[in-house]
Amino acid sequence: MSMFNVFNIAGSALNAQSLRLNTTASNLANADSVVGEDGQPYRAKQVMFQAVPVAGPEAQGVKVTGVVESAAPMRLVYDPANPAANGEGYVEMPNVNVVEEMVNMISASRSYQNNVEVMNTAKTLLQRTLTIGQ
Amino acid sequence: MKAMLDDALRFHQTALNVQARRQELLASNIANADTPNYKAKDIDFRSALAGALGKQGAALNMKTTSAKHLPVAGATPFEGHIGFRQELQSAVDGNTVNMDVERAAYAENSLHYEASLTFINGLLSGMRTAITGQ
Repeated sequence: MSMFNVFNIAGSALNAQSLRLNTTASNLANADSVVGEDGQPYRAKQVMFQAVPVAGPEAQGVKVTGVVESAAPMRLVYDPANPAANGEGYVEMPNVNVVEEMVNMISASRSYQNNVEVMNTAKTLLQRTLTIGQ
Repeated sequence: MKAMLDDALRFHQTALNVQARRQELLASNIANADTPNYKAKDIDFRSALAGALGKQGAALNMKTTSAKHLPVAGATPFEGHIGFRQELQSAVDGNTVNMDVERAAYAENSLHYEASLTFINGLLSGMRTAITGQ
């Protein structure tokens, strides 16, 4: 029954969008982390989405193919007193663009809401279908 | 008597099938609103319904013009009636999902689905009245 696939499709989108929201949260939280786990400054991360067939080639859900690190140049801040400063007094800060991340966050949250709405509608319709003839 | 019941319900049953399939496609469009290069799809409701009603019996299978033809296994329902949506506003990532259009279509399709359910319920309750004669 094809209506049940709506749950799989919207569910995969919820999963993908929540991962995107997680990534955004991580980026925003680490916007000023001078040193990461590897001793290097934190690099902004982005998720990659891909459409994957759920039921037949037409109805497609979303899959996160991977999390990539941003290739944008690091932000250099002049702060000679900082222990992480280089010889010229510059500190390499993470390449997180806070404005971009905020936009990403709102977009992810709206997409999430849309898919929740889709699920709720499908659920109502299925419940009505179950009561045919009553 | 059984044939009469079947005939009375066949139209709305077929319509429900097409609407359920369309619901799935629209959910797929909404789910992939942020997937790069995803192309929004929709079903041509009129031709899908006419195609499904034109055939007797197994309404959702491929048309066979000879008794020796084998049914196509794994073919998705209404495959020939699915097309790509015309792009209204182009996006740099190649995605053609327009959320307003999709949400409107989703709401409209839900209403049509509920309408078909109401028609079926009406037919069934009418028949029950005729059977019990009360």
